[in-house]
Amino acid sequence: MTNYRWNPYLVGALIGLLSLFTFTLADKPIGISTGIAQAAGACAMPVLGAEGVAQNSYWAKKAAPAWNYGSLFVVGSFLGALGSSLVSRSFKVGSVSEVWSERFGPSVAKRLGAAFLGGAVLIFGARLADGCTSGHGISGSLQLALSGWTFFIVMFASGIVTAFLLFGRNTKA
Amino acid sequence: MNPILAFLSGSSLLWSGLFFGVVFGVLLHRGGVSDYNVIVKQFLFRDFTVLKVMFTAVVVGGVGVFLLHGQELANYHIKPATMLAVVSGAVLFGIGMVVYGYCPGTGVAAIATGRLDALVGFFGMLVGAAAYALSYDWIAANILPVADLGKKRLPELASAPEWVWYVGLVGLAAAVFALIARVERKRGSR
Repeated sequence: MTNYRWNPYLVGALIGLLSLFTFTLADKPIGISTGIAQAAGACAMPVLGAEGVAQNSYWAKKAAPAWNYGSLFVVGSFLGALGSSLVSRSFKVGSVSEVWSERFGPSVAKRLGAAFLGGAVLIFGARLADGCTSGHGISGSLQLALSGWTFFIVMFASGIVTAFLLFGRNTKA
Repeated sequence: MNPILAFLSGSSLLWSGLFFGVVFGVLLHRGGVSDYNVIVKQFLFRDFTVLKVMFTAVVVGGVGVFLLHGQELANYHIKPATMLAVVSGAVLFGIGMVVYGYCPGTGVAAIATGRLDALVGFFGMLVGAAAYALSYDWIAANILPVADLGKKRLPELASAPEWVWYVGLVGLAAAVFALIARVERKRGSR
């Protein structure tokens, strides 16, 4: 199952090289969560109306729903992972991973409910902090940004506490 | 100090966004970080793939961007250190990342590998982002200004020359990698 994976140090080095290209050629750091906020704006249009979204100060100033570099980067990430998983024959439909089922059982509804809530909390945090694992964790840290390193360290500490609270017991050591 | 970089613009900039995204998606998948188990096990210290990928990316990208910046071939894009917002956002992010099992980028990549939990969590992300947008005015007035240190870089906090920080960064990464290797060797021999 793991034969599609490359050496993580090689992958990390290639992501680092990729940011050299994005910084120099496109004058952009790698980042994902702004693109998702743009998508949320697009999806909110049928509910709030195009006017409502356009008048929202966050969407208007920070994440206007449009096909631009950032939103296309997110689409590209999806397509790249799709191609890679198809080519390596590792594409497999499923929703409950081992670490989860060992602790919380095989219930799909439980897993999907947690994923929904987790996703909502995750992106709210990413927007509040103005970046995610890529925007702060990688792009911010590599520029030695105070915001990036703060995010990286606090996010990891919070994740460790949460993981040990949720999964600390009942899992194979 | 801030040269206008215009190697790519207009539609070629858009295509480059798509192309760089494709490369990023391939790397997330091949790195193994689009796998729920890999991410959650990192926070439980049972797998170190995430740290290996992130730290190598930061070192290679960091030294590279530093050198390119010196040649005026790259601009820094520093996000403001609005400390209350960054810290509380990071706390929420850590909780969300473990419960969801992915971060925003790896979640998008995981959807593309067939993970339905990643897809449902993506809908959660759309809701969470909309909730943020709708509360933005209040947050901008009450949270973002608290302990706002501006677009600070670590080298501005001490008077050491810039390159010393990068030597420190490489040293830190080497120490982290050596520690990981030791833990993995111990576990492998058990």
